[in-house]
Amino acid sequence: MSSQSASTSNTDWPGRYHHIDQVLNSPGPRTDPAFLAGDGVKDFLRHQAKILVIGAGGLGCEILANLALTGFKDIHVIDMDTIDISNLNRQFLFRTKDVGKPKATVAAEFIMKRVPGVKVTPYFGKIQDKDDNYYMQFNLVICGLDSVEARRWMNATLVNLVDPENPESLKPLIDGGTEGFKGQARVILPTITSCYECSLDMLNKPTAFPICTIANTPRLPEHCIEWASVLEWPRVQGDKKMDTDDPEHIGWLFSVAAARAKEFNIEGVTWSLTQGVVKNIIPAIASTNAIISAACCNEAFKIATSSAAYLNNYFMLIGTEGVYSYTFEHEKRDDCPVCGGEALELTFSADLTVEGLIEMLVEKQDIQIKKPSLSSPKSQIYLQAPPQLEEATRPNLAKRVSELVPNGGEVTVTASTLPFSLSLRITYT
Amino acid sequence: MIKIWSMKKNEDAAAKKKPKTSAAQIRVQKDLTELDLPSTMKTNFPDPADLLNFSLTITPDEGMYRGGAFTFSFAINTNYPHDPPKVKCTQTIYHPNVDLEGNVCLNILREDWKPVLNLNSVMVGLQYLFLEPNADDPLNKDAALEMSKNRDQFLNNVKASMRGGHIKGTQYDNVLAR
Ligand SMILES: [Zn+2]
Repeated sequence: MSSQSASTSNTDWPGRYHHIDQVLNSPGPRTDPAFLAGDGVKDFLRHQAKILVIGAGGLGCEILANLALTGFKDIHVIDMDTIDISNLNRQFLFRTKDVGKPKATVAAEFIMKRVPGVKVTPYFGKIQDKDDNYYMQFNLVICGLDSVEARRWMNATLVNLVDPENPESLKPLIDGGTEGFKGQARVILPTITSCYECSLDMLNKPTAFPICTIANTPRLPEHCIEWASVLEWPRVQGDKKMDTDDPEHIGWLFSVAAARAKEFNIEGVTWSLTQGVVKNIIPAIASTNAIISAACCNEAFKIATSSAAYLNNYFMLIGTEGVYSYTFEHEKRDDCPVCGGEALELTFSADLTVEGLIEMLVEKQDIQIKKPSLSSPKSQIYLQAPPQLEEATRPNLAKRVSELVPNGGEVTVTASTLPFSLSLRITYT
Repeated sequence: MIKIWSMKKNEDAAAKKKPKTSAAQIRVQKDLTELDLPSTMKTNFPDPADLLNFSLTITPDEGMYRGGAFTFSFAINTNYPHDPPKVKCTQTIYHPNVDLEGNVCLNILREDWKPVLNLNSVMVGLQYLFLEPNADDPLNKDAALEMSKNRDQFLNNVKASMRGGHIKGTQYDNVLAR
């Protein structure tokens, strides 16, 4: 894949950075005091900064192009998808001949060919394949994803990466998302500002129709498709798992939905609508992707260079009724399961039992905890309820904590008296 | 690169590393250990180490379904609480809001689910279906029709179905609590 070797020095032809350099050569009235006008900042941007782009789809194509053209030269991109013909209407780094190939690889090759001197390193796979050491190498992460689950994972990973002993462990996360004419861009400084999980309840949830409507009174083509996927698939196919990427499965759902639509005189059930409904595809508009990606990349540039104040911290674009945009500071939540809550470092004897640890927690005046339930990332340690789980974990009470949790290991404590949870880091004496 | 670390210095409460336990996992632990269920509802974990797959048995102590024991399977995915738990009745029961495949018509399981709701809200919602079946949101149309048209016949059908009887050609499971 590395046929396109990047040479950095001889490709910077005269005038290449004429415009960008006007921003970088001298401080403005509101630039950060840490701004190193001139060679310092240019060297960082062009020779040191390493940036990771998550997603090489509608947003990702735009993000990669923007980053390369603003002067980032060491860009990595992760995407687990291959190119589908339906992507070509907006994902402009891809051509018909690329259908079936990995998005990350094709996008990287295109950018390197088009913008000399830029090195784009693709990874065709899942973000979950990579470990903390991998994510540690970047200065910044930009997400252009359409999956809530992947974003939650990326956000939690970057929050968890923050090590109080190591300033380099704090990686700003810029997240972009679009839905039709609407979109948002936000800057997350893990553990400092509100994180993705903090705002989980602000998300538009996917449209779901009442199951009784689907079953009895379908009026829309979507009702027929949901009937096929939610009710008929499990009834007819039993435990067989539905794969929304399998054309045979979509074909089956389409024919079942079409028959249902005919029975109820409903028009509009098509193959692509079937695919759209079961994969929960939200209409993607190229120009909305362009606006949001541009906003994300400007923030990446400002954060990497300190050349101007960056977004604090949530920008919303609503293009459904005229054009309306709104920027506000989304507040960090104390009861956020990812970045909120308390963390405690505890040091005690390797002989202390789980029961002893629970007593120690209950007696701690400063945390006011009652009836704590404990677990490690791998297993439950002691749960106060329901009765069956209390009984199953009760034998652990007599065990030493050191048998269940390694030195330096982590324990999650929940209790109704805590806003969300308390995390313990345990060191044995 | 902006100097973020200096902002962090003022925030020592958060300046500690958090555990690797996923948000979904912590949330399920919290939901389960803080369940506040009446004596008519009981959870069962086939594998106590797996908090994401379990069942709930409801034994209503009043209403027309009194005397029955109704079991629902719960499957929680890693995107909880963004995604609601998947809940199905594991028995074939005669109920206007439950179809013969075990699908349940309860708004908070689909269209009205929100991350602020929890497993307790879902369980309480399920129990309510047995106290107040709702003929306006039918999944078993025959049962719903009978309920709104001929209440006495409906009550007889409920009793017969709970004993494992046939109604209109469908054999229902015996759900009488032992
Ligand atoms: Zn948070």
